[in-house]
Amino acid sequence: MAAMVDLTPDQRAALAPGAPPGRAMALRIVVEAARLLGAPSLVPIRSAHADGCIYHGPGGLKVVERLADLGARVAVPTTCNVGAIDLLHPEVARLSETEKALARRQMDGHVALGCTPSWTCAPYQAGHRPAPGDQVAWGESNAVAFVNAVLGARTNRYGDYLDVCCAIAGAAPFSGLHVTENRRATLRVDTAALSDGLKARAAFYPVLGAWLGRAAGADVAVFTGLPAAIPEDSLKALGAGAAATGEVGLFHIVGTTPEAPSLDAACQGQPPARHITLTPDMVRAARDALSTATGEALDCVAVGSPHYSAAQCRAVLALAGRERFRVPFHICTHRKVMDDLARDGADRALADKGVNLVVDTCVVVAPVLPPGGGVMMTDSAKFAHYGKGNTGHDALFGAVEDCVASAIAGRVVRHEAAWA
Amino acid sequence: MTDTVRAQVLVAGTGEGPVMRLGAPLSFWGGVDAQTGRIVLAGHPDEGASVAGAVLVLPGVVGSSSSTSVLLELIHAGRAPAALVLPGPDAILTLAVVIAREMCWDAPPVLCLAADALPRGARVRVAEDGTVSVLP
Repeated sequence: MAAMVDLTPDQRAALAPGAPPGRAMALRIVVEAARLLGAPSLVPIRSAHADGCIYHGPGGLKVVERLADLGARVAVPTTCNVGAIDLLHPEVARLSETEKALARRQMDGHVALGCTPSWTCAPYQAGHRPAPGDQVAWGESNAVAFVNAVLGARTNRYGDYLDVCCAIAGAAPFSGLHVTENRRATLRVDTAALSDGLKARAAFYPVLGAWLGRAAGADVAVFTGLPAAIPEDSLKALGAGAAATGEVGLFHIVGTTPEAPSLDAACQGQPPARHITLTPDMVRAARDALSTATGEALDCVAVGSPHYSAAQCRAVLALAGRERFRVPFHICTHRKVMDDLARDGADRALADKGVNLVVDTCVVVAPVLPPGGGVMMTDSAKFAHYGKGNTGHDALFGAVEDCVASAIAGRVVRHEAAWA
Repeated sequence: MTDTVRAQVLVAGTGEGPVMRLGAPLSFWGGVDAQTGRIVLAGHPDEGASVAGAVLVLPGVVGSSSSTSVLLELIHAGRAPAALVLPGPDAILTLAVVIAREMCWDAPPVLCLAADALPRGARVRVAEDGTVSVLP
């Protein structure tokens, strides 16, 4: 059945008896995926981001270690997603020594395959930035949305292990968002009816993403009416929200993202099949849907999904001023940010306020929050969406300003007027 | 239905078990316990039921790309469905079966078939060519 996918002579040779077995195993999996996706051939890739670094159980660990034992190595630069443990501070997660060792082996297995030990869901802010038009194979839903939408590189949403198999094979199934026609916007979302003040707020973008995930279905959306200079951290939050509540792998913003210099360009010259005009009520409803808790009670704050940038960490410090936090304040981030914060002592200043810096992982994949539940406030649509199921904590969505004010007060403080 | 239906084969194989038609789409990641096969998603119509050993009919292909890992763990633990029946092509759950076959683990066949083509609760057998037979 694999014969339906047109392979190059090199690819056929890599599958022949006697070829290096690790690469052959990865290539067989990629070719089978291509057949399932209806791809006519494989497209060469320039980089990958591997999402299989989180330990889910002994089966996945055997797959990674089998590939490594068979001598497979990635053929293109490949970064690693978060693991199930903070390698720098393993004590922050409530895991037994056995569980920690297994989490570490899952991560080590990827390093043995030649992946870069970046341990972040925001590799695009840790030095891994493909160029517009680059064909890549990225896993981790927020990273897929960012690399497609904001950087203009091309990947599908890959299931665990397919990304790293593509990296070993140096090629991906040529289908879906790898193909120009499939990147055409088919849903226009007009934001002209929303106030400029709302669109200038960082907290608007994760909510916009969470709304998009539920509204888009299989459509590629293009936004009109958004400001010209949206900060990268806001675009990051938009993609993460959309990929958490839905299956969004690509969106366009006219005047901002590389494939949308104009509405017509984003739509590749064809009229979009659907048109939605966003209202302030729709935005408030999307925001409210991100909270599973009500009232003033607060047990902790958790931010950093996707991983916080250095600028976001410093913003927390600036917003806190001279105050200290009365509840635990977890910031999830990566090692490049830690290096940046260490340069001027911002890491110690944050710790002095009561911030717990979580590195290499995050609170929804590692058991960092205490058992027994509680209320977690967050500025992340992704944490809000997965919070209840993965941490047992009810979620309260709020702007980072609200998160900081609440942590200082020890109870929930939110500024409603900002959402008019 | 008649006593046999011919399904499109995504990954060939054989399997036998009771038909379990899920009442709503389900992401395996966050929705199914990776070691037991029990549906743990709060509020799902089939919450509490186990997918292990069932001919599992999914009304939609949904969810996180980590669903691949969860199904892979179920296969490894011997708690996978006896067969998967999907409404359309998919490379998330099916990928887990592809990887498991590479590892020489006993992995279920994956078929494409309308969600209502198999009678709920009936015991059926899936053959290599995609023929699904209702057992007496």
